[in-house]
Amino acid sequence: MGHLNANPVLDAAADKTMILNMGPQHPSTHGVLRLLLEIDGEAVVRMMPDIGFLHTGIEKTCEAKFYQQVVPLTDRIDYLCPMVNNLCYVLAVEKLLGMEIPPRAQWMRVMLAELQRISSHLVWLGTHAMDIGAMSVFLYCFREREELLRIYEMVSGQRMMTSYFRIGGLALDPPLGFFEKVKKFLDTFPEKVDEYENLLTGNRIFIDRLKDVAHISAEDGLLIGLSGPSLRASGVDFDIRRDMPYSSYEKFKFKVPVSKDGDVWARYVCRVQELRESREIAKQALEGLPDGPTKADAPKVVLPDREKMKTQMEALIYHFKIVTEGFTVPAGEVYQTIESPRGEMGYYVVSDGTAKPMRVHMRSPSYANLQALPQMCEGRLIADVVAAIGSIDIVLGEIDR
Amino acid sequence: MPLAAPVTDLEQLKDRPVVAALLAWNVNAVEEAKFDRDELSIYIAREFIRDACAHLKAQGLTDFLSDVTCADFYPRQPRFEMAYHLLSMQRKERVRLKVRLEGDDASLESVTPLWPSANFFEREVFDLFGIRFLGHPYLRRIMMPEDWEGHPLRKDYPVEGYR
Repeated sequence: MGHLNANPVLDAAADKTMILNMGPQHPSTHGVLRLLLEIDGEAVVRMMPDIGFLHTGIEKTCEAKFYQQVVPLTDRIDYLCPMVNNLCYVLAVEKLLGMEIPPRAQWMRVMLAELQRISSHLVWLGTHAMDIGAMSVFLYCFREREELLRIYEMVSGQRMMTSYFRIGGLALDPPLGFFEKVKKFLDTFPEKVDEYENLLTGNRIFIDRLKDVAHISAEDGLLIGLSGPSLRASGVDFDIRRDMPYSSYEKFKFKVPVSKDGDVWARYVCRVQELRESREIAKQALEGLPDGPTKADAPKVVLPDREKMKTQMEALIYHFKIVTEGFTVPAGEVYQTIESPRGEMGYYVVSDGTAKPMRVHMRSPSYANLQALPQMCEGRLIADVVAAIGSIDIVLGEIDR
Repeated sequence: MPLAAPVTDLEQLKDRPVVAALLAWNVNAVEEAKFDRDELSIYIAREFIRDACAHLKAQGLTDFLSDVTCADFYPRQPRFEMAYHLLSMQRKERVRLKVRLEGDDASLESVTPLWPSANFFEREVFDLFGIRFLGHPYLRRIMMPEDWEGHPLRKDYPVEGYR
């Protein structure tokens, strides 16, 4: 960190600190995060995150694609919850188009987004506990995640890069047996959460490692750009799903877990509560799922059904037009935000009236949350850094884009 | 739901708290306002952006800086449009402050003294668009390597061929 220090140390007695390089291959940095730690013994004096190792220029790539071709790119931003990214992007483009989405598609989106939140939180819980030293939780979490991945595969054909939400609705109707499978998962899930909590919540070692570690206050959290469960754990009661609803979230009843403590333990408790609440929302969506189409009636934007293409000339023409030259979007700009498992995810899409977006910017929650890490860790031990990284639940694909 | 025509008349938007607060503070700072697709955008004169943000923050009209980003409208001049997305959690309302930037070597005041969260956002804009933020504590590349030449998200940056 020599370039950080404007005044080189001339006094040997004052030169007590050393620089420790953590990552980018360190397993508990959850990807390719590099942290420069200035340490005095075991204590962290200063910390600086160094990112960009995974930068793929997705924002630039988006500008060269048709609007519908951007959807698969959004999967790859936050690979732990691809459908939440799809949702944010398609909502932004639908807002630009001024498009109405049928209720069934909206409810399906809510249901799948909540299932994605569960699977994302499961990866967080498993890896976070493993960082702390509780190995077995990881295996339990991935057991349930596997079931969820099978559900995604059923509905979209892919386990991870699903691209299931499309502009104007969903890619396909869900297949036979899908709802039974989701119901079976949701019915058994609460006892699985009890199982994780049995392993962790009362665990003396786990509590000691998490309590009063990496504390951040609500005011500091707001200033540094923290959002989502990490901010709610500091006592800010704000959830975009409840306070600025999108995709008919206003029709669902759910609690927003909030804690006052603002330490790693509070963030753990909030997220585990969210697992249960997400299950409630998904259950409500499953039980109250309205009938009707899953695609908007907009032939110039939404790809026609396969069957119609084989029988109707018009459908074939529309299909050809959309695939070869896309569809134009009226000029304008929108900033669409949703509550991703990590916090406020926003897509800023600017249209210049052509078939390709002029600018797509992703406001990724991990990127902003990462800035809070130095504030959480400075003055604490190196071992707490690992707990703090786990507690803000970063995804490096989303940070570097 | 067909698109409603955007409202660009400043007179009609005067009732909105953010517009009213900014106009009462400094009429010269507000260049233009637009209400389009349920989103309010206010164009601020380049030299007033930090003060405008500080005023909104002091008035309690915004408590969270969601995002800072930029768009390049090359070859049009002024080519860059900065966008600051501000959120008020109390009033559950978003507002977008926009700044037009002329020329290839544009600069404006940083908002990091108000919100430390702008640090990474502005570094990203500097890295990918080449806009300088005056008063930023650590304005270095963040995504691209330190020795990279050019700013990739500019529209005149070549997307193929040798670099």
